[in-house]
Amino acid sequence: MDGAAARLGLHPGKALADARAMVPDIAVIRANEPADLKLLEAVADWCERYTPLVALDLPYGLFLDITGIAHLFGGERAMLDTIRRAVAAQGFAVRLALAGTPHAARALAHHADGTIVTPGGEAQAVAALPTEALATDAQVVHALKRAGLKTIGQVAERTRHELAARFGKGFIGVLDGTLGKSKPPLTPRTPLPDLMAERRFAEPIVSADDIAATLLSLGENLAQVLESRGQGVRVLEASFFRADGQMRRIAVETGEATREPKRMVRLFRERLDALADPLDPGFGFDLIRLAAIFAQTLVAEAISFDTNEAARDIKILTDNLSARFGPSRVMRFQPQDTHIPEAGAVAVPAQHADPDRFAWAPLRLADEAPRRPLRLFAKPEPIDVLAEVPDGPPLRFRWRRLQHTITQAEGPERIAMEWWRHAEPQPTRDYYRVEDERGHRFWLYRDGLYERETAASRWYVHGLFA
Amino acid sequence: MDTTHLKQLLKPLESGTRIPLGAPRADGCLLGGLRQDALHEVFAESAGAEAAATCFALGLARRVLGKHKWLVWVRQDFAALEAGEIFASGLLELGLDPARVLMVRAHDARDVLRAGADALVNKGVGAVLLEPWGEAKVFDLVASRRLTLLAQQHATTALVLRFSADPLPSAAQTRWSVTAAASDPGDEDWGKPRMQAALVRNRHGNLGCWTMEWDCNDGLFAEAHPGARPAAPADRQAEAALEGLRAAG
Repeated sequence: MDGAAARLGLHPGKALADARAMVPDIAVIRANEPADLKLLEAVADWCERYTPLVALDLPYGLFLDITGIAHLFGGERAMLDTIRRAVAAQGFAVRLALAGTPHAARALAHHADGTIVTPGGEAQAVAALPTEALATDAQVVHALKRAGLKTIGQVAERTRHELAARFGKGFIGVLDGTLGKSKPPLTPRTPLPDLMAERRFAEPIVSADDIAATLLSLGENLAQVLESRGQGVRVLEASFFRADGQMRRIAVETGEATREPKRMVRLFRERLDALADPLDPGFGFDLIRLAAIFAQTLVAEAISFDTNEAARDIKILTDNLSARFGPSRVMRFQPQDTHIPEAGAVAVPAQHADPDRFAWAPLRLADEAPRRPLRLFAKPEPIDVLAEVPDGPPLRFRWRRLQHTITQAEGPERIAMEWWRHAEPQPTRDYYRVEDERGHRFWLYRDGLYERETAASRWYVHGLFA
Repeated sequence: MDTTHLKQLLKPLESGTRIPLGAPRADGCLLGGLRQDALHEVFAESAGAEAAATCFALGLARRVLGKHKWLVWVRQDFAALEAGEIFASGLLELGLDPARVLMVRAHDARDVLRAGADALVNKGVGAVLLEPWGEAKVFDLVASRRLTLLAQQHATTALVLRFSADPLPSAAQTRWSVTAAASDPGDEDWGKPRMQAALVRNRHGNLGCWTMEWDCNDGLFAEAHPGARPAAPADRQAEAALEGLRAAG
């Protein structure tokens, strides 16, 4: 549907056959709802330049909550004009209205473009609008019209219980919203930041240095407020708005709360350097915003001990590497309370590691040889083994096309699986530490007890010793 | 000319701290120990020697780490598939505190190098273990010079652990070729981790080949059979011979 089609008397909801009858050479483009939604999302992203609270009004509308910010744009009228010009410049048809509640604003935008309602004036402003403006489903509108209620004002005159009995409570909600009597909260598309700072540019900026300098000064702004609150940030998000309607968000995380602007900028640099699809300034960014998505109390740490100092430096390294390679690629080891050997130590993202969980208890007596291998296969590799039945040690095995003759075998260390974790019974494992004729040392196990749990036990290489 | 005099003259040039490994003959070849602020390469001599080489490299790291500094281990994803993941319980068994190990899982050799360079400049880091897989072309002379420079400037130790790779020209201080070593016949249970470590390249000092044992409790190397085998001749021919063997094998 475009303007030309509307002038020919076509409207959404008309059957295609009827339309063809009216306009034989009509060009038909199949509606693509996912693409429409994506476009709406993009426009919504871009509209975040005006306010962080942008909500979708499907299928083709947006709500912008501009409470307390209109003065930044020279007043409500000027702001409305600014938005209209900017969105229209991107080739969209725009209808706008400003009201105290989302429902009223929507009704007015669709049926009285450009209206600005003074606080409390919603009921009066919408009174003359047709009942379609309530934007409930077509059946309700039809029923209202049959009841002789042509405008919202007429509907509003009926008693509540009458309407509720006929159309349900939801309808009352919509009606009250439209009349400005109740204000349902908007659902923001993205979580609202705890804190944000932004800078607009009359002359859009392009160079990486300018961007870094901007982020640094925004970071300094944030740091001031954070300091007065005794807080630091854990998740930071930078939004880059292009003059031509594109918008890109980049988020970085830290392992501990920080409010050092230089550290923030370093993280963004790492992240921007590592982007698979780099930040494209096009003709330049005219607005850059830095938001503290998640701030928390910054605990001043004693940094007098060497250990803590090293740990602090490592945290910074962790953040930088996580920003560059992704948090799941920078890991620390944590012990787990289980007797299953491979589960006894897990690698967790270092930024999210639990700082109280790093006490490792020794696994063996001081004069014993290592009981656990140095390298462990994530998936134990099956091998062909020559061993005495039922439960003798392995004598020879073939792994990765090589034959290994075992000269020493220590075991078995019998490990029963944690049956309470699994619905199916898990076979018991008999682990052996073996050495072959060349001195290679392996950690092998037999899966399942012969003739008790399984008819033919399988063998696996699980790890390598030095 | 009196060589002891010459050595004394050269001593100030040797600025870096040298940390003894614990095996006297090896330490002799290293002029007292492993240079702390430098790059060292550990090659697995053949397929199957990955664990031995890992243990040796970790031993070196453990020697230089000190009480508070961290080990950053950067390994390429493919290395974990082929040679196994690093098992924290195994680190603990060797006497390394897993709580002071930061693991970086790098997608490719280039990322290994980048993450390694980042880690080397960090003050909390004592040693960085870089573990690419195979013939990583980015680990060339230029890269080794860069790692050496960073290690020198920040007094950190760079260790490169190589599997399934032939040595390229490099600025490394030492290069080791490590393989598994069998326990002595008659031993009831195997004892300490044991490996055969050949010093195939050494910027300052002689070369040699020793069967080493790692003492998990004291954090020291020791020779398994001290004095049993003479150290390799002190010239470059030894390196050539050993590398010839590698190529032939």
